[in-house]
Amino acid sequence: MTHQYPALTTEQKKELQEIAERITAPGKGILAADESTGSMGKRLNPIGVENTEENRRRYRQLLFTADQRIDSCIGGVIFFHETLYQNTDDGTNFSKLIKDRGIVVGIKVDKGVVPLAGTDGETTTQGLDGLSERCAQYKKDGADFAKWRSVLKISENTPSELAIMENANVLARYASICQQNGIVPIVEPEILPDGEHDLKRCQYVSEKVLAAVYKALSDHHVYLEGTLLKPNMVTPGHSCPTKVSHEEIAMATVTALRRTVPPAVTGVTFLSGGQSEEDASINLNAINNCPLAKPWALTFSYGRALQASALNAWRGELSKENAATEEFIKRAEANSQAALGKYQSSGSGTAAGKSLYVENHAY
Amino acid sequence: MTHQFPTLSEAQKRELHETALRIVSPGKGILAADESVGSMAKRLAQVGVENTEENRRQYRQILFSADDRVSGCIGGIIFFHETLYQNSDTGIPFVKMIRDRGILVGIKVDKGVVPLAGTFGETTTQGLDGLSDRCAQYKKDGAVFAKWRCVLKVSETNPSTLAITENANVLARYSSICQQHGIVPIIEPEILPDGDHDLKRSQCITEKVLTAVYKAMSDHHVYLEGTLLKPNMVTSGHSCSTKYGPEEVAMATVTALRRTVPPAVTGVAFLSGGQSEEEATVHLNAINNCPLAKPWILSFSFGRALQASALRAWRGHKENEKGATEQFIKKAEANSLASQGKYTGGDNNYTDAGQRSYGSCHAY
Repeated sequence: MTHQYPALTTEQKKELQEIAERITAPGKGILAADESTGSMGKRLNPIGVENTEENRRRYRQLLFTADQRIDSCIGGVIFFHETLYQNTDDGTNFSKLIKDRGIVVGIKVDKGVVPLAGTDGETTTQGLDGLSERCAQYKKDGADFAKWRSVLKISENTPSELAIMENANVLARYASICQQNGIVPIVEPEILPDGEHDLKRCQYVSEKVLAAVYKALSDHHVYLEGTLLKPNMVTPGHSCPTKVSHEEIAMATVTALRRTVPPAVTGVTFLSGGQSEEDASINLNAINNCPLAKPWALTFSYGRALQASALNAWRGELSKENAATEEFIKRAEANSQAALGKYQSSGSGTAAGKSLYVENHAY
Repeated sequence: MTHQFPTLSEAQKRELHETALRIVSPGKGILAADESVGSMAKRLAQVGVENTEENRRQYRQILFSADDRVSGCIGGIIFFHETLYQNSDTGIPFVKMIRDRGILVGIKVDKGVVPLAGTFGETTTQGLDGLSDRCAQYKKDGAVFAKWRCVLKVSETNPSTLAITENANVLARYSSICQQHGIVPIIEPEILPDGDHDLKRSQCITEKVLTAVYKAMSDHHVYLEGTLLKPNMVTSGHSCSTKYGPEEVAMATVTALRRTVPPAVTGVAFLSGGQSEEEATVHLNAINNCPLAKPWILSFSFGRALQASALRAWRGHKENEKGATEQFIKKAEANSLASQGKYTGGDNNYTDAGQRSYGSCHAY
C-alpha cells in the first residue's frame, strides 16, 4: 500500500467536489425519481394507473415541470435509465430540462439485488460489469452523479459479516469507477426498517455497517470529498413495540454518523425508507437541530416521501396534473426547510401523515 | 456481530467522555513526561547528567513544580511508571502535586516495540499481558488516562499491510481494556518522519493508517467519545529536499484527519516527533487556523517540544532549577495559544497567523 498512484488529478477532484457541493447546497436535497419499471408498477397500481412507458413519462413530467419554487429546494434529481432519454410533451429531453434549470442530473446505475448463497436471505447488488463505459456515456448524456443501492436486513442472524463486507466492497468498486468518469457516486447502504428491533439495535448495526463502508472506500482509494452518503435514519424496526420521539431518532442518527462518517464527506442525503412524508420531514428537521457537531450537510434524497401526495392527487388524470405538481412542490419546500432545521409541521398534504411502509420492500 | 452486548454502561461512557473533554479543554494540552528509563538516558546524556533514579526525579520535579500559570495550559501529564510513585523533595507524591493543580494524571502502559518477523524492520508494540489488572491498579493510584505508542516507518516498501493492521489491532485491544477500567486511552499510531518522502506521500500513508485504526476501533467496540488520538502531524520526511511552509503542513494534516477521524473522537493531541519546540508550536497554530471544518479539538501532547529548553537550562544544576521551570512554563503558554490558533510570538516570521493564505495550498 506504500505508494500512492493517484486515482484522480487535482482537476478531477475539484470537479467532483464542486458537483457534490452543488447537490447539497444549503436548503437543497435530492428528488429520487429513479424507480425501476418494476417499482413504478407498485406505485401506479394503487392509484389505478397502468404501468406503461407513456404513463411513466407523463408522471415524471409532472414532477420535472414544477415551477421555479423547486429550484431552491432541489439540488439534484436521480433518474432511471429509461427516463433519461424521455422527453416532455413538447419534445424537450428530461435530462436537458432539469440541467438547464441548474439542477444536477443523476442516474441509478445498479442492476438490483441478488442473493448471497449461504446466508439467511441476504443480498449483494450487481451492476459492475461494463459500468465504466456506462458512466462515460451517462456523463455525455448529462449526468453528473450516480446512485447505487445496497440492502441489509436486521434479524437474529443478520446482517452477517459477509453481507456487510461484500456490500461495502461493491459500493466502493462502484464509487471508484464513477469517479474515474467525473461522476459523483452516492453511496447507499440501506438497512431496512423491517423487524422488531429497537432504536439501540438499529444504531449499533448502522455504526458497524458505516464503519465497514468507509474502510472499503479508503481501501479502494475513493476521494471522499467527491462522494455523498445516502443512509437510513436510525429508527426502531417497524414492528418494534416501543415508540420513540423525533428527537431520539435524531440523536441516534447523528451519533451513529459522528462515529463513522469522516468530515471530508461532503453531504449526507437520507433515504426516507418506509416513513410517511410528514415523518420524513420532521425527522430531517430534528436531525438538523440536533445539538451535536455535524460537519457534513444533512439533507434528503427522498422518493416516496416527496411523491406520495403527488401520486395520489394525480391518479393518472390529465386534469389533476397541476394539483399533483403542487403537492410535490409543497413537500419539496417542506424538506428544504427541514434541511435548514426550520421546518414547522402543519400536517399538510393529503397523504402526508400516512405511513408509506410496505413490508419486505424490494425496490 | 448482530447484537450489541454493551461494553460500557451509560455512567461509564459519561465518565470517559468527560475525562477526555477535561484533558483537552480549550487552551489545554498534554505534557508527555513519560520517557522510559532508556529514553531518559538519551535526554540526560545530551545535557551531561547521569541517568539515575534520583536525577530523573529531580528533573520531573522541575516540570511538576511549575506554578499556576500552567493550570490553564496543561490538561494532563503522561507519567512513566516509575514517576507515578515518586515524591517531591518535601515528600509530596508527584501524583498529588499534579492533581491538586487540577491537572489529570496519565500513564504510559505499553512495553515498547518488538520486531514483526518477515517485514523490513517493522514493529508492533507489546504490553497487553495483564494490562487489565495494571489499569485497575493505576486507576486506584490516581491515573485517569493512558498512552500506548505504536510506530510505523515510511520507506520504499513500508508501512506494509501487516504492520498497519497489526498495530491498529493492538491499539484497539489496549483501548478496549483501558475503557473497561474507566481509563481514557490515548491512541498513538506514530508514523516516523525518517526518510526522504514528500508531503503528499506522508499524507497518503497517514490516511491509510488512521483509517485502519478507526476500523479496528469499531471492530473492538471502542467508545470513540472516550478516546483521544495522538497522531503525527503530516510533514515531509527529514531528508526530503522540498521544504514546506506551516500552512501546507496544516492543510495536509487537517485534510488527512478530515478523511479518517470520525467527529465523535473528542480530541486530537499531536505528537511533536523530531520537530523543534518552535516548529511544533507554529505548526499547531497553523493547524488551528486552517479554514476547513475541524470538528475535534486540535491540541498538543508534546514531550521534547515542551522540555528541550528546560533540559538545556537545567543541565543538572540545582541553581538552574527555577530558570528551567520558567522555560517549561513559557513553552506551555506558547502551545496553549497555538491550540487556540492565537500564537504570534517566537523567532519566526509568523506575526500575522490569521492572515495566512491557505487557499493556494489545498491538499487534494
